[in-house]
Amino acid sequence: MSCEACKKQKFEKVCRILEEHQADKSNLIPILHAVQREYRYLPEEILTYIATSLNMPPAKVYGVASFYAHFALEPKGKYVIHICDGTACHVKGSIAILEAMQQKLGLDKEKCTTDDQLFTVETVSCLGACGMAPVITINEDVHGLVTPEKAENLIEEILEKEKA
Amino acid sequence: MIAATVNLELIKENYLKALGKTQRQIVVCAGTACVANGSLKVFEAVKEQVEKKDLDVSVKLESDKDADVVMAKTGCRGFCQVGPLVTVRPQEYHYVRVKPEDAAEIVESSVADDKPVERLLYSDPATGNTCRTTKDIPFYTRQNRTVLDECGKIDACNIEEYISHNGYFAARKAFTEMQPQQICDQVLESGLRGRGGGGFPTGKKWALTLPQPGEKKYVICNGDEGDPGAFMDRSLMEGNPHRVLEGMMIAARAIGADEAYVYVRAEYPLAVSRVSEAVRDAEQLGILGEDVFGTGSSLKIKVLEGAGAFVCGEETALIASIEGRRGMPNPKPPFPAQSGLWGRPTCINNVETLATVPLIIQHGAEYFKSMGTENSAGTKTFALTGHVANTGLIEVPFGLTLREIVFGIGGGVTDDDGSILKDGFKAVQCGGPSGGCLTEEHLDLPIDYDNLRNIGAMVGSGGLVVMNRKTCMVQIAHFFMQFTQNESCGKCVPCREGTKQMLRLLEDIIEGRAALETIDLLERVASAVSKGSLCGLGKTAPNPVLTTLKYFRDEYIAHVVHGKCPAGQCKAYAMPEIDPEKCIGCGLCKKKCPVDAIEGEKKQPHVIDQDKCIKCGACAEACKFNAVIGM
Ligand SMILES: Cc1cc2nc3c(=O)[nH]c(=O)nc-3n(C[C@H](O)[C@H](O)[C@H](O)COP(=O)(O)O)c2cc1C
Ligand code: SF4
Ligand code: SF4
Ligand code: FES
Ligand code: FES
Repeated sequence: MSCEACKKQKFEKVCRILEEHQADKSNLIPILHAVQREYRYLPEEILTYIATSLNMPPAKVYGVASFYAHFALEPKGKYVIHICDGTACHVKGSIAILEAMQQKLGLDKEKCTTDDQLFTVETVSCLGACGMAPVITINEDVHGLVTPEKAENLIEEILEKEKA
Repeated sequence: MIAATVNLELIKENYLKALGKTQRQIVVCAGTACVANGSLKVFEAVKEQVEKKDLDVSVKLESDKDADVVMAKTGCRGFCQVGPLVTVRPQEYHYVRVKPEDAAEIVESSVADDKPVERLLYSDPATGNTCRTTKDIPFYTRQNRTVLDECGKIDACNIEEYISHNGYFAARKAFTEMQPQQICDQVLESGLRGRGGGGFPTGKKWALTLPQPGEKKYVICNGDEGDPGAFMDRSLMEGNPHRVLEGMMIAARAIGADEAYVYVRAEYPLAVSRVSEAVRDAEQLGILGEDVFGTGSSLKIKVLEGAGAFVCGEETALIASIEGRRGMPNPKPPFPAQSGLWGRPTCINNVETLATVPLIIQHGAEYFKSMGTENSAGTKTFALTGHVANTGLIEVPFGLTLREIVFGIGGGVTDDDGSILKDGFKAVQCGGPSGGCLTEEHLDLPIDYDNLRNIGAMVGSGGLVVMNRKTCMVQIAHFFMQFTQNESCGKCVPCREGTKQMLRLLEDIIEGRAALETIDLLERVASAVSKGSLCGLGKTAPNPVLTTLKYFRDEYIAHVVHGKCPAGQCKAYAMPEIDPEKCIGCGLCKKKCPVDAIEGEKKQPHVIDQDKCIKCGACAEACKFNAVIGM
């Protein structure tokens, strides 16, 4: 596919999303949600495009996108791992899990995504499954009663699957 | 054409008739925690086994169809720790920790035959008794589940089932038999106070919104639930979404609104989808929409997804977020009741508050007042977590003691490995980042809004995190400070800068750079932050620090004066030593130590040279005999 064509396709998807939300400013957050579901993050050019379509200053759209933790302005990995560091998980050792995963993947506080774009590791505050603390999610899947070893095994499993 | 008004009685009657015809019901918990433990696979496996028996199995009981076995997925039943849970009716056999491999036996013995599968029943660790039904399990018997009652019993996605439990009867009563003022009065009379944190009387809030001028008003259901450690709103939205919608309908009728929003946090995708489905089903049946119960009033409910900002739970920030802006709070007044969403009068209530309302309309104010204490009526859900044997979601009347909750329902305090730790209780953190830590001396205090406030804590959203004596309270204070500092929206200086300074001071204490003056300074900054901040986030952010300073001052002093972390958690104060009784002299630690601080002959107890030791913990990690202590 030529570059032009894929660009066009990009904006087509956004157009469809805008249409579904009546291109209404007050729907900005649902629009950003939908766009992020499509691309896994909010590319800058698309934010600008949204701003133009909604008749808003791009800075305002960017301001909203950057305010909320859920919106990503950088591309994330194929597997987004959320380690819950809510109270229940914290007292049951979520930091040890975080450290084990970071070590395994060569990540740290500043660097959350692996170079091959396979994994992103982040903490979140409470996933709402505190009864099974400590809890992590890998994309949509929730895992409870996690230990550092179990977390490392989950990564191994994914690596195996990716290799195959 | 105007559609005929929905006939709740007929739906209920047909549904119960159909239910009467089915032999068995198999109910699988499909709350977040049970799903994480594989309950959906259990569901499929059981279904397969039933089909193998040539039985007519239906995954959704419909009033116009017969089936031999009906299978249902419910929301969370609160006892997530022993999930996945499966219940077989009508005997109510309550199976725990069910695996797909157990499906055949469940079907063989409790569906085809009439016997329970003994090995899957819950056994009470305290007495060793086997519990057949929830009625025998102490975790449940000591509770008073009213708001949560149907949560986990009914199929969350089946509106007919909800109606068959008298669902939407209260909403109909509110629309057809009661005047708005009357509803406000009854809710006020019941003593219901908001469950979202502040504890403001719900009836009063409604009565303030009702007389506001203007054609257009809004109801907002606050499903943001940002408090870490709390998941009651999630369970209600997932487990009984219709109950939440019914509460919203009653609120809308009480204040005269024709539009409403449910604001659900983005981390709760299952709640988003269940509530959305419930709205669609209610619209389809004609319960929501143009002509509610034939009264000519209309009501539209929209579901909105939050985007991960704790401060958006605050009312004015929530409104900004629905309007598509950054979720930053605004000064009050004007209160949302006067000028809220798009400048119109708006009533914001918490999920649990709204889910409680149908009970009051259905059974009356007296019924509700009969539970709880004088100033805190009714029951409250708590998320019981941390170092406690039975974690999960519980509902108890106000006035119960912490002791009853932690030891009676929770089954006692646990060690890090999950075993019961006798005399291990240290504290309960109540009310999340706005709340405080309670101690041994508060164990017999009846819990209600006022009692908790008097001792510096707060009911908040109802998170109860139990901590054992190996928990460092300074670290807990630091943990909450880190949270609020991260979540501060940055609009006002006391909160933005003050929480940052408090965090630094706590870090100094944890990392061994502090003196007594640090504690005084921390206290002074804390009081400035709580006085000077614009919104509740900043105002309450110092609470965890202030209560730990109040009740665990010794621990702070031990850090800064005696250079010791009494719980042995702060690395900077660690004094790793080798227990000569346990050490077998294998030498592993010596090999791992990066600074050669360990000495010892083979097969002889080793010793750590405290002057050389950099407290990295490598020895403790290496030792297979747990001989390194004080780390
Ligand atoms: C920083 C902050 C976060 C809050 N988060 C929530 C929340 O997640 N859910 C909630 O219902 N109320 C939350 N509240 C309280 C709400 O602002 C509001 O008081 C409540 O939703 C009103 O409902 P109620 O009267 O039924 O309790 C929060 C308040 C503050 C200051
Ligand atoms: S108190 Fe904190 S969260 Fe609230 S407005 Fe001020 S800076 Fe924002
Ligand atoms: S590893 Fe443990 S048992 Fe072995 S020498 Fe060190 S302290 Fe002793
Ligand atoms: S604290 Fe981790 S899921 Fe709630
Ligand atoms: S999710 Fe099944 S009991 Fe909580």
